[in-house]
Amino acid sequence: MPALTDDTARTANGRAIGDEMIVFILMTALLAIVPMTGIYPYFVMQGLCFALLACAFNLLLGYGGLLSFGHAMFLGTSGYVSAHALKVWGLPPELGIVAGVAAAAVLSVVTGVVAIRRQGIYFAMITLALAQLLYFIYLQTPFTHGEDGIQGVPQGKLFGVIDLSHPDTLYYVILGGFLFGFLVIYRAINSPFGEVLKSIRENEQRAISLGYKTDQYKLLAYVLSGTLAGLAGSLKVLVAQNASLTDVHWTMSGEIVLMTLVGGLGTVFGPVVGAFAIVAMQQYLAGFGQWVTVIQGAIFVVCVLTFRRGVVGEIAHYFKRSL
Amino acid sequence: MQALSAQLLVGLINGSFYALLSLGLAVIFGMLNIINFAHGAVYMMGAFCAYFLLNVFGIGYWPALIVAPILVGIFGMVMERTMLKWLTGLDQLYGLLLTFGLALIIQGVFQNYFGSSGLPYAIPDELQGGINLGFMFLPIYRAWVIVCSLVVCIATWYLIERTRLGAYLRAATENPTLVRAFGINVPRMITLTYGLGVGLAALAGVLSAPINQVRPLMGADLIIVVFAVVVIGGMGSIMGSIITGFALGIVEGLTKYFYPEASNTVVFVLMVLVLLVKPTGLTGRAT
Repeated sequence: MPALTDDTARTANGRAIGDEMIVFILMTALLAIVPMTGIYPYFVMQGLCFALLACAFNLLLGYGGLLSFGHAMFLGTSGYVSAHALKVWGLPPELGIVAGVAAAAVLSVVTGVVAIRRQGIYFAMITLALAQLLYFIYLQTPFTHGEDGIQGVPQGKLFGVIDLSHPDTLYYVILGGFLFGFLVIYRAINSPFGEVLKSIRENEQRAISLGYKTDQYKLLAYVLSGTLAGLAGSLKVLVAQNASLTDVHWTMSGEIVLMTLVGGLGTVFGPVVGAFAIVAMQQYLAGFGQWVTVIQGAIFVVCVLTFRRGVVGEIAHYFKRSL
Repeated sequence: MQALSAQLLVGLINGSFYALLSLGLAVIFGMLNIINFAHGAVYMMGAFCAYFLLNVFGIGYWPALIVAPILVGIFGMVMERTMLKWLTGLDQLYGLLLTFGLALIIQGVFQNYFGSSGLPYAIPDELQGGINLGFMFLPIYRAWVIVCSLVVCIATWYLIERTRLGAYLRAATENPTLVRAFGINVPRMITLTYGLGVGLAALAGVLSAPINQVRPLMGADLIIVVFAVVVIGGMGSIMGSIITGFALGIVEGLTKYFYPEASNTVVFVLMVLVLLVKPTGLTGRAT
């Protein structure tokens, strides 16, 4: 099985981490000044949630070589649970987020145990089918309110003091959540665990023969990815104040793949760039109706045929750097 | 009793479509090593093709049954030649992503022009009406769909497992380089196989047009159930996908009768159960 990504750009580890730190500081600085620039904060917040989601997905595909085509189930599940906890149970936002993330973690353990048993393309189809199973369950159970979704979720006060209904405050909380998730993923990639994961991506048989229990590593990556995707779902509920079926539908899973592919599989910053690119595209092309789907499909085709490294991957390759 | 046999009939009909679609998927997967995500979209194109043939060119159901799969099959072969061909040797996942993109484009274009509502397609005169079997009323068209699907499935199985052409095909799946060395044009065979798989999906689309109406998204949700069917059956054998297709249609029909709430999910639940017991699927080889 040929490698998913091209790692020739990866030079000595020290320099790579140096480059990545510089870009990370730049990204954080740029994101930190957004509320002072007059850019519509809700747009950036939505982008941040999807960026975290795509980063979590990239941990699994870009570094573990596992294509999950059902990642929307984590986004949707944690979204529904958080929304329900905030609105019906009246929990404070921090506990609402914890509830959502915990639900996503449990779900990722349960689905992971089933899905990890098969590889490659089968893994993709199993995750897709499991997500569709959940979609139908959410369509029918009363607590999700079917087609209507959970509307008007209160944002509340974080830890009883920080008022999330203020856009700037909410923005920094979401940014904090995103950076937390991003750093967890970054730490995982650059740890011994991440190295084993990459070796599984390159050649699973060899990793097994070296004595690694690859199933355990894959399951751990899957659970980590699903849990962080759940964090993205909970944060998204605080931004959008609703949870709906679109977040669980398989087209959303496709969009997550698209974001990661456009930005660059197996790159640290690619999913962030890809997520903002796709969210911006949907925002500005909303008037074209169904043509947006066609454009997204065309981007898929172009990316797969000519542009497999993605935006960040191509840049990194050109400058022979690791990003 | 009447309600039960009615649901069983619905299950058998759905099973016919599952079998035809998963058969096409298996044929394509065998040769191209690609999970054809565009399979739902070409199924839909088959139905639309029949609709256009009737309403624009005045070509009726019977010729459409042949013409539509050929036209859509040619479209598929063009797709293979211009795009899928370039993915040989790459990771399988790129094939899945490319065909997913193609599915989005095809469905998006059709949705733009036809919205999401259904267009009617009349049952041909010869197949109108039904037979009273005493315990239930059997519409002739539905019986025809089941018989037709069975015949096509068995014919495809025969073509691949019992003829010389099928032997080349299976040999090329195992070792394309060696088969090429014998002077067989493997790339052309791959193109034709993709055309065959796509044609089978289009045929299912024509068959389903009078029952399910012609809608741009008619294949989008069906295809995921078919993927589940494929996972349950395993991709090892052609026969496996046919039998699993029909069997799961019947299981779905039974669930609709005994516990309707679970009818949408029963296939996926079964998939989980099968995977827990036998990770390679019922008839599958190890991957």
